[in-house]
Amino acid sequence: MIQKVIAINKSNNAWVLPLLMLPIWVLIYWNLQPMADFLTESVFNLQSGSHLTESIRFLIFEVPKVLLLLVLIIYFVGIVRTYFSPEKTRRLLEGKSLFTGNILASLLGIVTPFCSCSAIPLFLGFVEAGIPIGVTFSFLIAAPMVNEVALVLLVGLFGIKVALIYVVTGLLVAILSGWLIGMFKLEKYVADWVFQVKSGQGDSEEEKITFTDRIHSGYKAVKEIVGKIWIYIVLGVAVGAGAHGYVPEDFMGALLGDQNWYSVPLAILIGVPMYSNAAGIIPIVSVLMEKGVSLGTALAFMMSVIALSLPEIIILKKVLKWQLIAIFVSIVALGIVMVGFIFNYLM
Amino acid sequence: MDIKVLGTGCTKCKNLEKATREAVAELGVEATVTKVEDMLKIMEFGVMTTPALVVDGKVVSKGTLLKVDEIKKLLTQQ
Repeated sequence: MIQKVIAINKSNNAWVLPLLMLPIWVLIYWNLQPMADFLTESVFNLQSGSHLTESIRFLIFEVPKVLLLLVLIIYFVGIVRTYFSPEKTRRLLEGKSLFTGNILASLLGIVTPFCSCSAIPLFLGFVEAGIPIGVTFSFLIAAPMVNEVALVLLVGLFGIKVALIYVVTGLLVAILSGWLIGMFKLEKYVADWVFQVKSGQGDSEEEKITFTDRIHSGYKAVKEIVGKIWIYIVLGVAVGAGAHGYVPEDFMGALLGDQNWYSVPLAILIGVPMYSNAAGIIPIVSVLMEKGVSLGTALAFMMSVIALSLPEIIILKKVLKWQLIAIFVSIVALGIVMVGFIFNYLM
Repeated sequence: MDIKVLGTGCTKCKNLEKATREAVAELGVEATVTKVEDMLKIMEFGVMTTPALVVDGKVVSKGTLLKVDEIKKLLTQQ
């Protein structure tokens, strides 16, 4: 009898540790400001009020704050993602009408595990299942643009309002761009060999995942993602901390403030060739905004860096003819321009 | 045993090939490890996330970079 209980505990206790960690997490998170104050003023013995002190205080406060938020959110998203897979997403999208398909594809883009290195097999898999390319594009635009890392950094550095605006407008860009691409019936600009793809085994069977495996996936996601991006966050926030005290406010306002109509297209022109993930770019953008760049321009810049990039275009070139790539880039860029203008002029 | 690593040029794919070879060597089993980079051939296995591992024609893992121990476990199960 006792042995039986122990056996049950053993297989189901994976959630205990994370649950115990949660209060510790909360405790640290809510005491970051006093800890940063204590470190700067008492341990490093710095004079309060000087530029250097404030920069260091900012750094000591922001880096752990963002990292703590990342660990928590990536952990949960890692668990949630085990309930989704590209195969399931494909099944959900099969036979959906154009507009509904676009909405669903964009939303699934957020939760389906996706890595840009798998963009091609995923594209092929979707096309082979008869999913319209417009719907496929909605997925391919939303998946890298709206993700948990971007969300955490936006909440941490800009607040919840900007984060929500980014998510909603990002989804709208993905939905509408995909829908437009679908309306134009551009299948003829997909490389011919794509339609010859025949997958031999069809859906390979889903493995059975236990709850313990799902919890474990959370750990794995944290280790993999935070392990890869922490350095960008430290560097990005350090640049921000440096600029915090030294670069004059309004430094960028003249060029990229909301007074100039060309600030949004200019930001996108700079943003497209740049290749960075959300972790690298968002801390930088938070500095830009502090120095006078308007919200619309900042959003447009972030979206163009994250959603449109040369490496991605080169990958897509394998399956798309250049006409479709040009249309894809222009439509998405146009959508981002609209987002920029709307927030510069209406907000 | 016929082992195939499916994946294009990404780092994860290369690392999976390396880990697979290591696993095979550590187990000391008779096996051929080949890397499949042709997209049409990869798609024949119905895989949408790379890298993927195929043992004797059956997809045993996809979308993750497995550790050597995990590959050993998969190989001994076959």
